[in-house]
Amino acid sequence: MTKQQANWSPYDNNGGTCVAIAGADYCVIAADTRMSTGYSILTRDYSKICKLADKCVMASSGFQADVKALQKVLSARHLIYQHQHNKQMSCPAMGQLLSNTLYYKRFFPYYSFNVLGGLDNEGKGCVYTYDAVGSYERVGYSSQGSGATLITPFLDNQLKSPSPLLLPAKDAVTPLSETEAIDLVKTCFASATERDIYTGDKLEIVVLNADGICREYMELRKD
Amino acid sequence: MGMKGNGSNHECSRERVKGEEEAAAELLLCREPIRIMSKGEVDYVHARGGFSFDSCRRNEMLLNKGLKPSSFLKTGTTIVGLIFQDGVILGADTRATEGPIVADKNCEKIHYMAPNIYCCGAGTAADTEAVTDTISSHLKLHRYHTARESRVVTALTLLKSHLFRYQGHVSAALVLGGVDVTGPHLHTIYPHGSTDSLPFATMGSGSLAAMAVFESKYHEGLSRDEGVKLVCEAICSGIFNDLGSGSNVDICVITKGQKEYLRNHLLPNPRTYISSKGYSFSKKT
Repeated sequence: MTKQQANWSPYDNNGGTCVAIAGADYCVIAADTRMSTGYSILTRDYSKICKLADKCVMASSGFQADVKALQKVLSARHLIYQHQHNKQMSCPAMGQLLSNTLYYKRFFPYYSFNVLGGLDNEGKGCVYTYDAVGSYERVGYSSQGSGATLITPFLDNQLKSPSPLLLPAKDAVTPLSETEAIDLVKTCFASATERDIYTGDKLEIVVLNADGICREYMELRKD
Repeated sequence: MGMKGNGSNHECSRERVKGEEEAAAELLLCREPIRIMSKGEVDYVHARGGFSFDSCRRNEMLLNKGLKPSSFLKTGTTIVGLIFQDGVILGADTRATEGPIVADKNCEKIHYMAPNIYCCGAGTAADTEAVTDTISSHLKLHRYHTARESRVVTALTLLKSHLFRYQGHVSAALVLGGVDVTGPHLHTIYPHGSTDSLPFATMGSGSLAAMAVFESKYHEGLSRDEGVKLVCEAICSGIFNDLGSGSNVDICVITKGQKEYLRNHLLPNPRTYISSKGYSFSKKT
């Protein structure tokens, strides 16, 4: 008797790619704006980036319904924190909260592949990368989503940032300037769009630095 | 057979030394295994019909042992054809996919069958290439045999019998179009071997997007420019709305006695960003 397989799945993959790069005093978070299902496009104008706190921004690809639910939970928890502590959550604190929230649903996971970007307590750029059930690590750069396999090797080659858990502990942030990092991100997405069918339409780039948050857009291939 | 000199009768022709091409043509048309002498060697060639089940037991055993069947390169395509007042126009996109990755950004999906017949192919790329090349060779031999221009229905019958014989395992969905002595023809051929004869047709993953355009705007008696414009619109609809199709538009216009193969007629998807400073890659990385 072969085991009966389910003929309905609660999950769907809406595609898309996210990237985050940490700099000495800035952080760049970028994601494309295409939402798709199967071979069809649902919308060309969907933001995968969410501001969780003043110095903390999350980009998520995967199943957008789960992503939306996750963002709601985190926003609510952040509000409670603000009432209890009379201050905004720092990026490392939000990093831990996200990990715990994801693991809470270990046996019915959020189908959400996240990268968290922001400035830590000293004002340096920080990027945290997650899997679907909450395993996380602070890194100098990260990429998640359908185009990640195309982008990560290129970033490895250009940024060569080791994991901070290796001894001796090295600074995980890249020495590139803000404009160079933005140029790198644009190149990554233009290239990923050429070869990944789920990535395209528009690129949303969010830059966090001491002056605040700024957002810019770039056109990508629409086919 | 095209015979030189006077009109020799049938009997006489058999004594003439056969050229290799003509021998091969005869071979394909007969049913028995045949011995042919060529360059002093003896070759046995079987030309029987029916599906060969030889590998089935082995394949099933491998699947039971857990072998994952290899993924095919599917063209996830948009291909279209329409009949206009002077002939046939075929169109195709140029993206070849391997799952979610683009394997070829500018492949050719409009295949040559005969000087007056072209065929667009969707489905597994190897299958469409192989089946169109095979039938194209067969048609050439047939042209030598009959001394006439190939007819679209000939190509149609050859393709559908081949695909039916393989019971749908040759995953090729084709749009066949051409102009012959009987006029312009357009047919669709499905992987299992069924065919349709239509004034306008679309196939591939982008077929619904393209058909929506055709159903709204097609009418009989289109001029060449109107036809090309409509085909471009249909392919662009597939390119932008279907993720399995993309890149450029290829067009082929076939009229009586003439064909125009417009490779990359439209390039609506240029690369959006090229870094001005460029990137370098250190050695041994």
